[in-house]
This record gives sequence, C-alpha cells and structure tokens, in this order.
Amino acid sequence: MDDRSSSPWRWPREWGIDVTLNASITPDLVTQHGLRPEEYEGIVERLGREPSIVELGIYSVMWSEHCAYKHSRPVLRGLPTTGERVLVGPGENAGVIDIGGGLAIAFKMESHNHPSAVEPYQGAATGVGGILRDIFTMGARPVAMLDNLRFGEPSDPAMQHLVEGVVEGIAGYGNCVGVPTVAGDVMFDPGHAGNILVNVMCVGVMRSEDLALGQAQGPGNAVLCFGSATGCDGIHGATFASEELSEQALERRGAVQVGDPFMGKRILEATLELIRRGLVAGIQDMGAAGLTCSTCEMAGRAGTGIEIDLDRVPQRAEGMSAYEIMLSESQERMLAVVEPPKIEAALEVCERWECGGVVIGEVTDTGQMVVRHHGATVADIPAEHLTGAAPVYHPEDAPPAAPRPLGETPRIRRSEVNATLLRLLASPTIASKRWAWRRYDHMVQTGAAVRPGEGDAAVIRLRGRDGGPDRFIAVTSDGNHRAVARDARIGGQLAVCEAARNLVCVGAEPLGVTNCLNFGSPERPEVFGAFRRCVGGMAEACRALGVPVTGGNVSFYNEADGIAIPPTPMIGMLGLIEDAAHITRMAWREVGDVICMLGPLPEGLGGSELLKMTAGPDLPGTAPLGTIAPFDLEGEVRLQSLTLRAIREGLIRSAHDVSEGGLAVTLAECCLGGLGARIDAAPGDDLAVALFGELPPRVVVSVRAEDAPRLCAMAEAEGVDCAEIGEVTGGGLSLAGCEEIAIDALRAAHETRPWEGLA
Amino acid sequence: MKTGVIIFPGSNCDQDCLDVSERVMGWEAIPCWHRDALPPGLDLVILPGGFSHGDYLRAGAIAARAPVMADVARFAQAGGPVLGICNGFQILCEAGLLPGALRINRDLIFHCEDVWLRVERRDTRFTSACPERIQMPIAHREGNYYADRETLARLEGQGLVLFRYEENPNGSVNDIAGIMSEAGNVCGMMPHPERASEDVLGCTDGRSVFESLALATGVGN
Repeated sequence: MDDRSSSPWRWPREWGIDVTLNASITPDLVTQHGLRPEEYEGIVERLGREPSIVELGIYSVMWSEHCAYKHSRPVLRGLPTTGERVLVGPGENAGVIDIGGGLAIAFKMESHNHPSAVEPYQGAATGVGGILRDIFTMGARPVAMLDNLRFGEPSDPAMQHLVEGVVEGIAGYGNCVGVPTVAGDVMFDPGHAGNILVNVMCVGVMRSEDLALGQAQGPGNAVLCFGSATGCDGIHGATFASEELSEQALERRGAVQVGDPFMGKRILEATLELIRRGLVAGIQDMGAAGLTCSTCEMAGRAGTGIEIDLDRVPQRAEGMSAYEIMLSESQERMLAVVEPPKIEAALEVCERWECGGVVIGEVTDTGQMVVRHHGATVADIPAEHLTGAAPVYHPEDAPPAAPRPLGETPRIRRSEVNATLLRLLASPTIASKRWAWRRYDHMVQTGAAVRPGEGDAAVIRLRGRDGGPDRFIAVTSDGNHRAVARDARIGGQLAVCEAARNLVCVGAEPLGVTNCLNFGSPERPEVFGAFRRCVGGMAEACRALGVPVTGGNVSFYNEADGIAIPPTPMIGMLGLIEDAAHITRMAWREVGDVICMLGPLPEGLGGSELLKMTAGPDLPGTAPLGTIAPFDLEGEVRLQSLTLRAIREGLIRSAHDVSEGGLAVTLAECCLGGLGARIDAAPGDDLAVALFGELPPRVVVSVRAEDAPRLCAMAEAEGVDCAEIGEVTGGGLSLAGCEEIAIDALRAAHETRPWEGLA
Repeated sequence: MKTGVIIFPGSNCDQDCLDVSERVMGWEAIPCWHRDALPPGLDLVILPGGFSHGDYLRAGAIAARAPVMADVARFAQAGGPVLGICNGFQILCEAGLLPGALRINRDLIFHCEDVWLRVERRDTRFTSACPERIQMPIAHREGNYYADRETLARLEGQGLVLFRYEENPNGSVNDIAGIMSEAGNVCGMMPHPERASEDVLGCTDGRSVFESLALATGVGN
C-alpha cells in the first residue's frame, strides 16, 4: 500500500504548484491547471475577483474534460435518452430502467484507462470500486460487473505485466466486495499498446421506491461524510485523465488512487441501509475530483448551496492544505445529506459498518459553494457556475482516414480451412478468456444463470420475492474498434447492434444502453470527426432498435507518442427475460437438430481476424487495410426481432451470433459444449469470406428438425434470410466437405492462453 | 429447522446461505451479527463465505476473534452442528474449532470454477444424503488446506476427511476439500454447496449437504 502519511509531501508542488493560500495566480499556474486563458477570464468575471488557489483547483477539475464533457456534450445530445421504462437518464450517477414488478435496474460504465496504464492493479481495482459506488449510491445493490479490456499484442512483455495487473486488480476488488464479474471482453491490437483501455460496467437492482438521487435537498440539512479518511492520493486525477499519456504524465503516480475493497464493501452496506431506512435526503460518492465534485454537483442539481468546514473532514495525512483536501481522490468516501432529526440514526448505521461518519457542513439556500479551513473562507463559488457553466467547444471536424482498399482478397483452399480455423481459435482475441474470468468470482450472489462462455451475454437471476418466481436480466458489453476504424458511423451502429444481438441471443429483450467512448484528443480534427460520426451511428442504431441511452462516459485523450488509439466505443446493454424457459445458450443441444444461419451473406474481410492473421494488424497512426461492407440497419432490426420471437415461441434451441472470426469460429464455439456439427455447404462461393468474413452480422441457431420449416417461413415473412446449413452430430466439426475436427482439438485451440506461463 | 447465518463485515455469501436455507430448504433462517450474542434455539450455525474483515492480516483471523465466536464455540461444544463454507472454513480453523490452516493456492491465483468431489464418508450429519461424487463450485485464493503430519494422520485415521477433490485445484494436502471435527458436529469445506442447490444455477449437488443436515437434526421444516 502506498502510504505517504508520514511525510508532508506535496505532489502538486512537485509539478511546481504552490498550494498555499498566498500563492499568486500567474498565467503559468492557470495553464498548469489545464485551463485556457479565456476560461480563466470567465472565472474572474463571474467571481468579480481573482480566484484563490483553492478555487482555481476546484475550477480546474470541475471544468476538466473528464467532469465537464466540454468537447462531447453537443454531440452526445444526439443520442435518444427517453423511453417509458427510463426512470433516470443521463446526468445522475447512473441510469435507471424500470423492469416492472416494483424493481428497477441501475447500470453505468466508466473508464479507468490512464490510472491502469500507470499502475495496472490499483488502476483497475479503483475503477471497479468507482463504478460500484456509482450504482449503490442510487440505492441499487450491485449484482454484476463487466469489463472491457484493450491491450497491445500479448507478445510484448510490457503488455504481460499490464494484463496480469489489470486482471488481478479487477479480481482483487470485485471478489472481495462480493459482486460477481460475469462478462466483458478482451481484445489485443497494437493500436492500444501505448494506451490500454480498462472499461468497467456495473449493474445493480433496487426496489423502485428506494431510488436515491445525488441532490443536496433542503437548506439546513446536514452534510455527512463517511468511509475512508481523506489522504493525498489521487490529487488531480480528473485532470490527469484529461490529458495525453506522456513520460511526464506517467511520472504523476500521485494522481493514481489506491483501493480498499473492504471499506468499499462496508460503505456499500452502509449506503444501502441508509437509503432503505429513509435516512438520507440525497447521497453521492466521491469519485473523480472527490469532495469538490460531490459537493458542487449535489448543490448544483438541487439548486441549493453547500457550506463545508474542512477542519472536520477526517484526514489521513498531517498538514494537508485546503487545496489538497478538496482535490484528493482518496477512494471509498461518500457524501450524504441528512435531515437533522435523522443524524443520530445515520451515524449509528455508519458506526455499525465501521465506516466513520462525520457532519462536515450543511446545505444552504445561497447557491454558493463555500469552503472553510482553519477559520478562513478559502472558496466561495456559485455552485451552478461550476456544474452548468463549463465552456462548450465545437472542435474542428475532419473525416477520419479512409481504409486502404484490399488489393487481393486472401484466398483459402479447402485443404487450409481446418488449420486456419484452429489458428484463429487460438488467437488471443478469439481464444477463451477463461484465464481471466476464472480469477473473477462470477458465481457469488447465486445469480449466474448463464455463466461466462456459455452464452452471448450473461444472464443474472433475480430471486423471486414473496414466493414469486425468479426473474432474469441479461447484460453484455463490447465494442469492435476495428470496424469503427474503417467506418466510424457504421462502426457505431454495429457496436450498438452487436450488444443488442448478444442480448437477443440469450433470449432477452434489450431495454437500455450505457456506453464508454474511448477516443484520442478531440482537438485533433480527425479524432473528433470519428467521434461525431460514431456517436451519430450509435444514435441511429439506438433509435432503430428502440433502446434509449441512460448514461455513459467519454474518455478522450487516449493517446501515446502523439498517436491516438483507434476509436473504441464500448456499448453496455441491459435486457430482460421474463420466462426462464427463454434462456438460450450457444452450445448445441441434441444430435439431429438443424443448424440455420439467419441474416445476409457475408461480404469482404476488412477488419476481420482472418485479415489480421494474414495481412497483419492495424498499425497505430496508419489507415487500416480493407473496407467494411455497407450495413443494412433495418435488416439487422428485423434479424433481431425474428430471433427473439423465435426464441420466445420455443423454436430455437441454441443461438450464437457471428462476430470475431466469422461463421467458422461461431460454429466451433457452439461445438465446445460437446456435440459436433456437419456443415453441408458454406453459403457464398468464396471460402475465406464465407467461413471467416465477420460482416454483416448474422446469427447461428439450432432447431429441432421438424421446426426448421417453421423457422424458415417466419424468417421469410419477416424479410430475413434463413439458410439451413447443416446439422448437429455426435462427432466433431466438419466444415463444407473438409475433414472432421475433433471437439477436443477445438477445445485445445480455444483454451490457448495469450502467452506461455500465464497462470 | 432454525439456522443462524453469521454475518461479519466483509462476509459476502451470507445472503446466499440465508436464501438457500429459507427459500430452497424451507428453514427459518436468522442473520446473526458478529458483535451480537448468538440467538437461542438454533439447530444449525452457518459461517458463510466472503472476505471477513477484508481477509486483511490472514483470511479468517480477525473474524475468529469476534464476540459471536465465543457463542459459536459454546454451541459447538454442546454438540450443535456448525458448517463453515469457504471463508467460514478459514474462520473455523483460525478459531481452533477445526485443525489445520488454509494457505494461498499453489498457483497464487483465485480460482472460481466447478470441481468434482469424492464424498469420503456418507454416514455423517453433513453427508448422509450425498451421493458418492458431487459437483460444486469453488471460489477462493486461500483454499490450500494444510495440516502437519501428525494432524493429518489423525484426520485420515479417524475418518474426519469428508470431501476430497478429484482433481486438486489448489495444492491442498491429500486433496482435502472439507473436514469435520472429532465430535462430528463441526464441518469446514472450501466448495460452496449453496451455489449448487438450484436447477436454475445448473447444478443441485450441493443441496445434498443441506438435506443431510435436515435429516440429522430431525427437526424437519
């Protein structure tokens, strides 16, 4: 553990910042705080005076890209955010969807990329801790975690260190807190080597009446802080997240926080008990920008003011300045607003869960955020100016680099099919991620109805209440950046559609979307151009599928050595399964069942794993090789609606979508349950495209032989292509006249670890 | 049948054990806080899995010294059945109610996976309803059972090993997955029977452990 409490060190001072109150505000100091001269002028004008150093620090984090979405807000407005099931949309700690029966689901996704690049274990662990707090602060008990990880090629020893650290960090925090990590994905590409991505999603369930909001309601109410004491870790974390990774930035280890999952578990239980017993009028965790962000956001949302006395804030370092206390991102801290008659009961709950609990101030009606320290007023700022008045930028927009056309498509002879399939199955992005998820407790809370590797999405059982039947939600998160790099708009559409398709394949109806949009610097026109087009594509897909976006996170400045990562939107999605009989997995069920492919014929190889294997990966800073085919969004909507309807009508026995590796890999994965398949003919005439082309999306299903005609008729009526391509057997997998591959050989290839020696 | 499930700060399988007791087995299940006295009239005490006190210091070491543990020891002394699952097993060892210790897995990583167990004795109050082989999940990083040679000889000699891994996942000596006390009323096991007690979770072998306990107490529902 990183304990600096013994010495009165000052990270901000190490960057040349004087954090004492008599510091004079120079243009350099303003720049060091990531504020532009015109932003600073706006601050002086609004305050009617020069800000103090504490106020400058507060503005710098609240107006950082991470907190204020300065470059992304106008674009994000294009996403559909309303729907009859939406209880809470964007702007709160997490989105909330009503699933009926008195229950609601809170879910949210966030990035912890830069901290994980510097210190992978703690970076990932505190990412998990942070997203958990976003969920339970709404009053929901976390029931599932998902992780989307992007690394460079695993052959790079630096990557091995990062992969190990990130996976251990996720396990270390999530396992201890007792929230199952159930799904996610891991992809390896050189474009992410310099700036890895660690995106975490959390899903929680609550009784609708327990919904709690991060609002400082009721002037005169007490402001209570509980959880860990405030230390010097993580100062300026939000600003750190809002700049490019450089040698200099990597030196700022003080901007990385250290997690304490046991405290995380205690504040989780304390928070849920406080909310369930009606003891808080508003509550919020202290995440990015710590005490600063939680106080002014709560006041800003409620239109109230807030006044706090830093002398009362429990501190774990001696002699911390007001600047440091306000900007610390020490983990596992909560801020609650409590009516005076309930203070005693609230403090008792905190004591019971051994997580402190101190009244540090009160809600006022002045609209001002006032901070006192050692008897002096060190900050006095209109709360709404911090939260609502951050500048908005409309950066220059240029079309992203077009993909280079693929001269000659790789051809695959029939004799090469099996070897190609086995190589693809063993490739790091496609191979089983058991090496990761077996380290995650994915079964705690006895809810894992569909476990990792069993279906296209995780299915979580919600225990029936009062003798009622169990209910089920499905959750998924992923995003294929290779498609986005080739066509940002279509890539955005595909990402949303893939998440929805994953839910549909396990038998769930998609209800809501969250996201984490990882891009380079928005100040680069082609990055912003890709961002705008990608979000536009996402919005089109969300509208077409009828799923609202309830929140999300934008992570800009993912760059290394001046080169942006490939645009990488991650889509998290929530679905509902009303009947246990509709739960569908990917494994074949019975010998003799007919295998059908639903959806259009594959086209092209751009962005595919096969092309990566034969022509090499996309390289950072160069236009990718190979285009992707136009995408028929309406056709995709029909495909998904047909699949879900056929599942609900009991026709479909297994379902798995075609994604990385194409049809052959999909079929192989369906065989891993133990039954084989004989595929009579691969649809299309080019073997490489037919078996290994990834787009447009399709779904492979198996049905009882007698049901095949009905499925085909339904598909025809819906306008979806349906091809009978083979049947389930008791042997291995034989593809279009190739020799049969034994299931054990498929399994062995699929269980290949990304590098030798990985435990 | 009335069962108490002890809750320490950091326990995280407490609700699962309460739920299986109540909803699957139809028992009365009472959450018992670590600082409080054990409620009277219990037929069974379960120490659930999790990370009591964060597993800081040593898994189970702090929980073993909680106020409620003195009552649990008295309950056991009087012949009451005590089942420790995962972290509960670690706590029972730390409290001296069972011999041996659980060390970090030999490959130093957390394992969450299904394992097959051989049920070594099927005439005990924890196993009388179990078939010869049962499958259930493990989820631990410190499940590598160790006891010195003498203790091990005593455990084996007196038939106190109840569950053995068919394929050893963690390095446990003699493939031990679960043991019982000499008096036969305290059992600790690393695998999670409560995670394998419902059809919807894909496996119901774990229920046989709870069914055995129901048979043994003869209290019925």
